[in-house]
Amino acid sequence: MITKGLSPSAMAAVWLLLLSAAPLSAESVMPPAQYAYTQLPDPKQEAAAARLMQTLRCLVCQGQSIADSDAEMAADMRAMVRRRIQAGEAPEEIRSWLVQRYGNWVSYDPPVEPLTWPLWAAPILLLAGGLYLARGRFRRKSR
Amino acid sequence: MKRVVLWVPLGLFVVLVVTVALGLYSPAERTIRSQMIGKPVPTFTLPEAVPGRPGLASAGFKAGEPRLLNVFASWCGPCIAEAPQLMELARRGVPIDAIAIRDRPADVAEFLEKWGDPYQRIGSDRDSSVQLALGSSGVPETFVIDGNGIIRHQHIGDIRPENVTEVLEAYEAAR
Repeated sequence: MITKGLSPSAMAAVWLLLLSAAPLSAESVMPPAQYAYTQLPDPKQEAAAARLMQTLRCLVCQGQSIADSDAEMAADMRAMVRRRIQAGEAPEEIRSWLVQRYGNWVSYDPPVEPLTWPLWAAPILLLAGGLYLARGRFRRKSR
Repeated sequence: MKRVVLWVPLGLFVVLVVTVALGLYSPAERTIRSQMIGKPVPTFTLPEAVPGRPGLASAGFKAGEPRLLNVFASWCGPCIAEAPQLMELARRGVPIDAIAIRDRPADVAEFLEKWGDPYQRIGSDRDSSVQLALGSSGVPETFVIDGNGIIRHQHIGDIRPENVTEVLEAYEAAR
């Protein structure tokens, strides 16, 4: 042990130092924003907010939606989503507001555009190709 | 020709495996740059973060000269690391404003006393709403805003000694 040979009072001082050292946290000491962890009173609005939050990506804990994340920024984003839904804003307006700021990356619901169309087209094209190949096979067999 | 065609599926399979393997082994952490560069500062008004220092409003960025907007917090470790560089920039005459994220006046005051105070105005953003409006995804970040209130540059993370020139250049370019 490192503290071997220290007098009891020195040991106590070491412990006091360890216990009193403020940890360098990456989180603030502020309480979470209103609606970060509280649902909206109107169940319909809350459902709309929840649907949207599940398709918005957390910026600091990448790979999680803001609905799943405990990061402070995700909490602030949830609060923002709920506040805006409560104010009557449409979920897609909120999504496009965020996309304007962070790019499509922030949304788990990518739009169809030149870069992303293969996502939708590839399965159809592959299936069509497969059918075409299989058709050739069957024809050859029946001959 | 037919021989070559027979190898195509295996080739495609290898490409798929390599793509997936690269995706697995390369770090998934990505820097999300703000899409607001080239656009006007979003409209906002923030109250003062420390008593006696003016708060911050978007209107303050249209005075004709470029300014730096530093997004920081007293609870943020890397913000301590960049403090000397911000002091250096301020010493060279670069006007710097700040937004304190989720912070308390006493904590901000203590931070400034300990690590230096390069700021002319500091707005308090208690629920990160202005940070989100700016397209900023963490602390610290620094934006260069030109005299017409257009965002010209974003520096993500702490400004290290080797980044000072780059920030200065972006500031000069915004003139």
